[in-house]
Amino acid sequence: MIQQLVMYEEELQQINQVCDVLHRESNARAVLVIDKNGQTITQAGDVEQLDVTSLSSLTAGNVAATGGIAQLLSEKEFAGQFHEGEKTNVHISIVGARVILVVLFDERSSLGLVRLRVRKAANELTSVLDVLVKKSESGSQPSVFAEITDDDIDNLFND
Amino acid sequence: MSFINYSSREINCKIVYYGPGLCGKTTNLQYIYNKTMPEAKGKMISLATETERTLFFDFLPLALGEIRGFKTRFHLYTVPGQVFYDASRKLILKGVDGVVFVGDSQLERMEANIESLENLRSNLIEQGYNLDTLPYVVQYNKRDLPNAVPLAELEEELNPTKVPSFEAIAPKGNGVFDTLKAVAKLVLTELKKGK
Repeated sequence: MIQQLVMYEEELQQINQVCDVLHRESNARAVLVIDKNGQTITQAGDVEQLDVTSLSSLTAGNVAATGGIAQLLSEKEFAGQFHEGEKTNVHISIVGARVILVVLFDERSSLGLVRLRVRKAANELTSVLDVLVKKSESGSQPSVFAEITDDDIDNLFND
Repeated sequence: MSFINYSSREINCKIVYYGPGLCGKTTNLQYIYNKTMPEAKGKMISLATETERTLFFDFLPLALGEIRGFKTRFHLYTVPGQVFYDASRKLILKGVDGVVFVGDSQLERMEANIESLENLRSNLIEQGYNLDTLPYVVQYNKRDLPNAVPLAELEEELNPTKVPSFEAIAPKGNGVFDTLKAVAKLVLTELKKGK
């Protein structure tokens, strides 16, 4: 079964840093990191006008559908996608087989530059994700669920 | 699978509404969307055909409150019920934390219910899940229709493992939140059990 994704402060900071650099160096409008199941992990850049939750879910759906097509064609995975709009373009790539890196950019940047910067960022993100998986699998971190009681859960659903 | 974020103190889970075509999966989500305070919900997205049949999925993000300082967020998804969208249904089940099977109470839909339930079970196995161990509830929708099958019969056919079940009239909201609460609670209890 798929391993649960757990995010800790330290790794999130590292991911944020990678995204900030990617955002700056690729002249992007915004950068998102999304769990393959559609949960937003982090975002950088001009995101105030964006519905990040919806974007994450739809992007994950899109990646899942593309993965389904790949399977039908006996391809392992299509590692990247590019959508060209009139104003905004979207570059989508799968990182470390686990998360989706999305770069939104306009005429201030180019596909070539974004691809170049994404490659570097993806390597860095993969390293952070590897550490994260090991950390969460080792069970060395205290779990929020150790503290939560059945009553806490019951109370959440009391009207 | 759930996403626990210790940095933003959030527990994120995915719930999928499954069932045959036109059983009321989207209606469940629409009712929840309409009755939830704006601050507790995000935009509802429906990827539907021109005739408002679900093409890929509906999506509704919901916040259900806090536990010990952690925000609980649930992403509700529906699958397209029509038989030929099976490839899409498999994709939507990826990473699921809890399932609601919405059955159509009408006698003439019994076969479709059974087929959909079998389809759910086999699609879950393909994704590495087992319906018998996954947080799972059943909803019998359309209880107000004259051709509705008696509850006991539905239970026998569609709920052999006796998971929590709820009668519903989704457009009016009867049973809708009871179903959601039950599955959400099972999901959190299961997460707790895992630790």
